[in-house]
Amino acid sequence: MRGAGRSNHTRGDPDRTVCMTNCPTLIVTVGLPARGKTYISKKLTRYLNWIGVPTKEFNVGQYRRECVKIYKSFEFFRPDNEEGLKIRKECASAALNDVRQYLTEEGGQVAVFDATNTTRERRETINRFAEQNGFKVFFVESVCEDPDVIAENIVQVKLGSPDYTHCNTEQAVEDFMKRIKCYENSYQPLDEVLDRDLSFIKIIDVGRRYLVNRVQDHIQSRIVYYLMNIHITPRSIYLCRHGESDLNVKGRIGGDSGLTFRGKEFAHYLGQFIHAQGISDLKVWTSQMKRTIQTAEALGVPYEQWKALNEIDAGVCEELMYEEIQQRYPLEFALRDQDKYRYRYPKGESYEDLVQRLEPVIMELERQENVLVICHQAVMRCLLAYFLDKSAEELPYLKCPLHTVLKLTPVAYGCKVESIYLNVDAVNTHRERPENVNVHRSAADALQTVPAHL
Amino acid sequence: SGQTLADIKHTVFLTKEQASRPQFTNSPTMIVMVGLPARGKTYISRKLTRYLNWIGVQTQGECILYIFIYLYRDYSKEPKDCVSAVFDATNTTRERRGVIISFAKEKGYKVFFIESICDDPEIIEANIMEVKLSSPDYEDCDKEEALDDFVKRIECYKTNYVSLDEEKDRHLSYIKIFNVGSRYLVNRVQDHIQSRIVYYLMNIHVTPRSIYLSRHGESELNLLGRIGGDSGLSTQGKKYASALAEFIRNQAIKDLKVWTSHMKRTIQTAEALGVAYEQWKALNEIDAGMCEEMTYEKIQENYPEEFAMRDQDKYRYRYPKGESYEDLVHRLEPVIMELERQENVLVICHQAVMRCLLAYFLDKSADELPYLKCPLHTVLKLTPVAYGCKVESFYLNIKAVNTHRERPANVDVTRGPEEALRTVPDHF
Repeated sequence: MRGAGRSNHTRGDPDRTVCMTNCPTLIVTVGLPARGKTYISKKLTRYLNWIGVPTKEFNVGQYRRECVKIYKSFEFFRPDNEEGLKIRKECASAALNDVRQYLTEEGGQVAVFDATNTTRERRETINRFAEQNGFKVFFVESVCEDPDVIAENIVQVKLGSPDYTHCNTEQAVEDFMKRIKCYENSYQPLDEVLDRDLSFIKIIDVGRRYLVNRVQDHIQSRIVYYLMNIHITPRSIYLCRHGESDLNVKGRIGGDSGLTFRGKEFAHYLGQFIHAQGISDLKVWTSQMKRTIQTAEALGVPYEQWKALNEIDAGVCEELMYEEIQQRYPLEFALRDQDKYRYRYPKGESYEDLVQRLEPVIMELERQENVLVICHQAVMRCLLAYFLDKSAEELPYLKCPLHTVLKLTPVAYGCKVESIYLNVDAVNTHRERPENVNVHRSAADALQTVPAHL
Repeated sequence: SGQTLADIKHTVFLTKEQASRPQFTNSPTMIVMVGLPARGKTYISRKLTRYLNWIGVQTQGECILYIFIYLYRDYSKEPKDCVSAVFDATNTTRERRGVIISFAKEKGYKVFFIESICDDPEIIEANIMEVKLSSPDYEDCDKEEALDDFVKRIECYKTNYVSLDEEKDRHLSYIKIFNVGSRYLVNRVQDHIQSRIVYYLMNIHVTPRSIYLSRHGESELNLLGRIGGDSGLSTQGKKYASALAEFIRNQAIKDLKVWTSHMKRTIQTAEALGVAYEQWKALNEIDAGMCEEMTYEKIQENYPEEFAMRDQDKYRYRYPKGESYEDLVHRLEPVIMELERQENVLVICHQAVMRCLLAYFLDKSADELPYLKCPLHTVLKLTPVAYGCKVESFYLNIKAVNTHRERPANVDVTRGPEEALRTVPDHF
């Protein structure tokens, strides 16, 4: 699996990465409406893409909306509505067709087929489809009878749906509840006995209980582990960098220096900010480098150090200024600008490596509730990319300025971001991709976007 | 019912660091194994303990206690006493579990149940053959008779066996493992360590297989007595790679996976095998930071204090701008997890890395780990058997330098260079 820091090599060709010999995986959601299937699909897709597994979700509801331009009412979903059934079946087929294309022609590794799939018959159809195409199937079922959870789901994601723009809240809720009823009678949940040969996870009551059957391989095992660690309890994640450091002001990368006077000021205001937020049970995490630890110390609360949160290792370029890197390693400097995500500093790391070492941090962030992560520029970019679903191309250029806290709050299918600048001046450490990334470029071209420093 | 924990026959497996860590930042977790005889409870307990010790659970301020439950007070009784045993155990086992839960509550422990359920007679028979029949109870018995006898015993217990119930036990934290992992039911995972335990249990299997561990062939830097770096194979190293290829061919292993690091010397070794191989950055040698590519003599010359501190605590010592063995274990964890999932695998790696992997399979402590002997040009074949691991060592008869430096007698920072360098192996 790419992005797991591993690559397959065949004999005689050590430089060419061969695609994993494993066949593609089709993840199929199962469950009544408002059980979190789309939430799970989107989150899982985001996670898999972040760790480097090309994944795409296919929401059958979207296909239906494209086909039936205007949603009238729940009547469309009545089991005796022949016209409705016909359209829904066609939409499912269209989606499966796109799945096939994605997995066989577009280099996709995992496809998430997001629909109710509540009957055994429908699931059989999907199984046959997968078999014909050489895909492995893994079902993810969400079962929930807690009326509060269902009501909250409806409020958070259904009311704002294109289906209900013309309704008021009461009408929308009433219609949606009737929609759910249409599925209830024919719902055949995955069964321990009848479906014992299928691979699946049944998530009960938003994660209180799980039934896991026949995990076939590594990717399914990772998916199960991920699904068992996520939760929907409201919380916020605060991301920030250490206060401005001595090496920052000198324009030098990496190293393990302490805070400047302004950096210490930031730490102080960070403490005030956190206190003012009035967060219950806030966990504070830092790296094992001086500058994050010094920042945390000013908060006066316990904090946990993670080696995995250490800044990207710049190898031979550690503690150099960009000007020095251009002088000593002009070729390397250009190669980095050409592919900043995959480029690995000699004797150092790449952003791709960083993502891999941050995976346990992400997993633990998913388990936790309110957390403040005090880290570093490259590390923060990786974490942010995970939460905001940024691509490998965008990731290394995400803006993560010093002395600014990002407050991330999960909402509906995504993440709300609030940026809080704590009003303490700091150098800018963000270097944009220069126009000229050619290895023969001049020093001036290479250094065009280097931010000012002492 | 007035029963206390002492009344319930139990075995306790403790993680190694328990005694030395009285302060826990999180409440300790008590793991309770549940299940009929021959369901793999001991196997799972030991394997899980080994894994938790290796990843250093104690360093996260957590502590694991195990209680291994036999369902009945005295299960070593003869079958003819089975009836009385059944009669004896009219207190249901839910009550017995209640005793444990009260005990835990009193002490402020979290409780996590692991139940192993198996109804496949073939698996049960295999279990019995492998671990039970070697017990003193069956010393003088004919194997077939013994098996028969044991199976009858289990039947007696079945009638009163009360499995964890989805409804009645819905407030407990547990995992139910069905038929050696084809199915799992997980309820109320409370915290990080329970989540890791569940993930681990869901990845292990009992399919027979072997894991082959070897270092790369002798490298150019090995010859010069220099540590780390990224050099290619020496002449002898290349000979080893060919010998390794032949060895592997002769072993005739079904579906062998080959893994290497991202460093030249392991890749060159794998290339000689002529089969597909997978590169893992996590298998790279320990990063010696400022000491990369130095000889021990040079390290003693430039960093005598660091050199001494390393000898004082080789497991936890971190090279300046480098790594410690402890860091290495942490980065190897996904490798171990994937090794557990796989079947036949050959891992071509490095000295420190191989020591860490070996320590996991052979349950070596943090003190022993950095001094495990992993000589060049030697393949270790590990085959899980009963509750442990059989090790076979194959020296492929290609000469190589020795790279093993024993802990010197004097580890004091005031020691002289001679004392520091006493155990350095020969090199050019």
